[in-house]
Amino acid sequence: MLGRTAGGLFWMFRYLERAENTTRLLEAGWRIALTRAGQGTNEWESVIITAGVRGPFEAAGLDYEAGDVINFLIRNPNNPSSIMSCVAAARTNARMVRTALSSEVWEAVNECWMAVKAVLTRPVTEKTLADVLSTIRTTAAVVRGALHGTMLRNEIYNFCRMGTFVERADNTARILDVKYYVLLPTAAFVGTAVDNTQWETILRSVSAERSYSWLNGGETSAAGIAEFLILDRRMPRSIAFCLSKMRENLGHLESEYGARQPSQDLADALVARVSGRKIEDVFDKGFHEFLEDTIQDIAGLAGRIETDFRFYT
Amino acid sequence: MENKRFFNEMFTEEAAARAPYEAYAQWFEGENPRDLRAKSDEAEAFFRRIGITFNVYGQKDADERLIPFDIVPRIISALEWARLEKGIQQRVRAINAFLHDIYHRQEIIRAGRVPKEIIAQNEAFLPQMVGVNPPGGVYTHIVGTDLVRTGENEFFVLEDNARTPSGVSYMLENRETMLQMFPELFTRLNVRPVSNYPRDLRRSLADCVPPAFKGNKPVIAVLTPGIHNSAYFEHAFLADQMGAELVEAVDLQIHDGRVCMRTTRGYEPIDVLYRRVDDAFLDPLNFRPDSLLGVPGIFDVYRAGGITIANAPGTGIADDKALYSYMPDIVEFYTGEKAILQNVPTWRCSEPESLKHVLANLKDLVVKEVHGSGGYGMLVGPAASKRELQAFEKKLRAKPSNYIAQPTLALSTVPILTKKGLAPRHVDLRPYVLVSPKQITITPGGLTRVALKEGSLVVNSSQGGGTKDTWVLGE
Repeated sequence: MLGRTAGGLFWMFRYLERAENTTRLLEAGWRIALTRAGQGTNEWESVIITAGVRGPFEAAGLDYEAGDVINFLIRNPNNPSSIMSCVAAARTNARMVRTALSSEVWEAVNECWMAVKAVLTRPVTEKTLADVLSTIRTTAAVVRGALHGTMLRNEIYNFCRMGTFVERADNTARILDVKYYVLLPTAAFVGTAVDNTQWETILRSVSAERSYSWLNGGETSAAGIAEFLILDRRMPRSIAFCLSKMRENLGHLESEYGARQPSQDLADALVARVSGRKIEDVFDKGFHEFLEDTIQDIAGLAGRIETDFRFYT
Repeated sequence: MENKRFFNEMFTEEAAARAPYEAYAQWFEGENPRDLRAKSDEAEAFFRRIGITFNVYGQKDADERLIPFDIVPRIISALEWARLEKGIQQRVRAINAFLHDIYHRQEIIRAGRVPKEIIAQNEAFLPQMVGVNPPGGVYTHIVGTDLVRTGENEFFVLEDNARTPSGVSYMLENRETMLQMFPELFTRLNVRPVSNYPRDLRRSLADCVPPAFKGNKPVIAVLTPGIHNSAYFEHAFLADQMGAELVEAVDLQIHDGRVCMRTTRGYEPIDVLYRRVDDAFLDPLNFRPDSLLGVPGIFDVYRAGGITIANAPGTGIADDKALYSYMPDIVEFYTGEKAILQNVPTWRCSEPESLKHVLANLKDLVVKEVHGSGGYGMLVGPAASKRELQAFEKKLRAKPSNYIAQPTLALSTVPILTKKGLAPRHVDLRPYVLVSPKQITITPGGLTRVALKEGSLVVNSSQGGGTKDTWVLGE
């Protein structure tokens, strides 16, 4: 397979994952705006920070209010991470690597793009937001379904999956990092109404509110949430889960190519960091520092994969 | 009046279905026109979903467009096809022999059948190809012979596309679409399949491995200028269907005398390159130095037998419009037979007598630029305004050798489905021909292009043309 093709597959799935993550982020932000209208704290700002687009958002002279944030994150063409930009970039990559995709995957991503483009011809309003987000989520889910159902389990599949998990691990780490202070086990804050809503938002932005409460019988705690999102391997958006998937896919490539790559060492080190640990231990060593290091090392791993497998554009 | 002037392939002047269309016309009678129109919309959605789009140069907003598809098939009888097939084979054989000759001993010039100037002063002639022997002796691995029809048995070759003919993906996807929409028709009519094309193409290319090839399975790649090229869909489609790699220039590098692609495991040599990049852009070292689409040094590897390039560089000299009028001689010279397919009578404006005739009859003629393509830079006399005619006359006088002229052909029509029912529209036909050292294979069918505007004779997709599925009936 061409290195350029491997890169295209990797990025196609990174962009799709990013579009989905932004959808979740918006859903969580929107819920807070609805339930806590007029209570002062501005959730929209942290949504923009988590999405990593504070610079361009402020440069565009926009305000931290629902309409501006929603449209910037969903359909602003000047925001390279807007959902529309991501879906278009995913499709462009898919077009480039079309020969590596099953026709079902290609058609699914093409249809996702057509559907998203169609619902985004006009600005998104409070009335249309739910429908728009649901269209994006549903059509993106079809791409993933087609990938699982129709693609050979070979190197192509591995590059697709690694794109997904790099993006997802980074996203979960960012969500935690933006809110790390509400998760710090400082007695003074525990249990206040503000924290409870913030915790719920964190869980919602990774679609984990139900699974968390099912596992914990409704008991919510900062340590519990942090442990769930960082260390729990049953949770498909946890950092530990994503990293072990990265390692697994690299392992498949090793057996297919018959050669071990330096990126595997990085993946092993990252997995070790989230294995067999207690969350208290993470807190003791510095929660914020831990998240910062993790975000940086995930980026380092992605870069190493690009080098090892000769991605280039 | 319309019916009398133009040959309608489906209906006689008495509105009876002609033989090849009988079964289809019968079926059509029983269909509800509204349902058929709904099918038409369905076809469009289908094309959008699978992404058969093309980009039109110079149109920014409409960067991805569909070629309109008409659901009424164009049907050709077994007998008609057999004759076309023979004629095309003969012509393509002659073209390959001509190319070999023109890049070696130039017997045809010595024999005085083709003037020296027309070769020597032609940009399509590639001096670098002189003395080069392409692997397997094949120059034009893929040819798309453009045919037009003017009567029951009147077929003309309009153009021999011997460089990189496009459109074959439409032939294949049009058929897929028809199979999905009208399965019942394919059980009633004995329509010959076209789906073998990608396999035939692969085999044909694999039969032309270069001397440097080792191993048992040649590595084939399709070279595309990239996703912004108007035919990118087709490049990806063909690579996919053949199980070949789709590569761009950035993927290629020369190592140890081979052209290699950069894979996730390192560099891997390519044996046969089906390039969809023009000669001039193929190799910035040997041809246009500003090309970003090419591979520096690939031509040297080619000359040394390290890779097969399909079609070979320099084949453009065979389908050049200045040379077109010599085709009957060329066919006779190399095959010893009279040409089976007719040429359209052509005036070479470079010749003073012809120029005089052309200028005097401009309003009845079609004038083409010698190096033009895609229907650009051409004058359709009968459809042109006075001012257009005058403007063109100026251009003609300024550089006569740049033009050839042909009578306006009474192109045959095939009905399309309109809001008011069936209506005749002009068509042409491009069958696809594959040449290997062993055989010449012509896929039964091809791309029928149709001028959707009433009365229009221009079928190019860039100028309002659409396509139809082409059915060749079995015996």
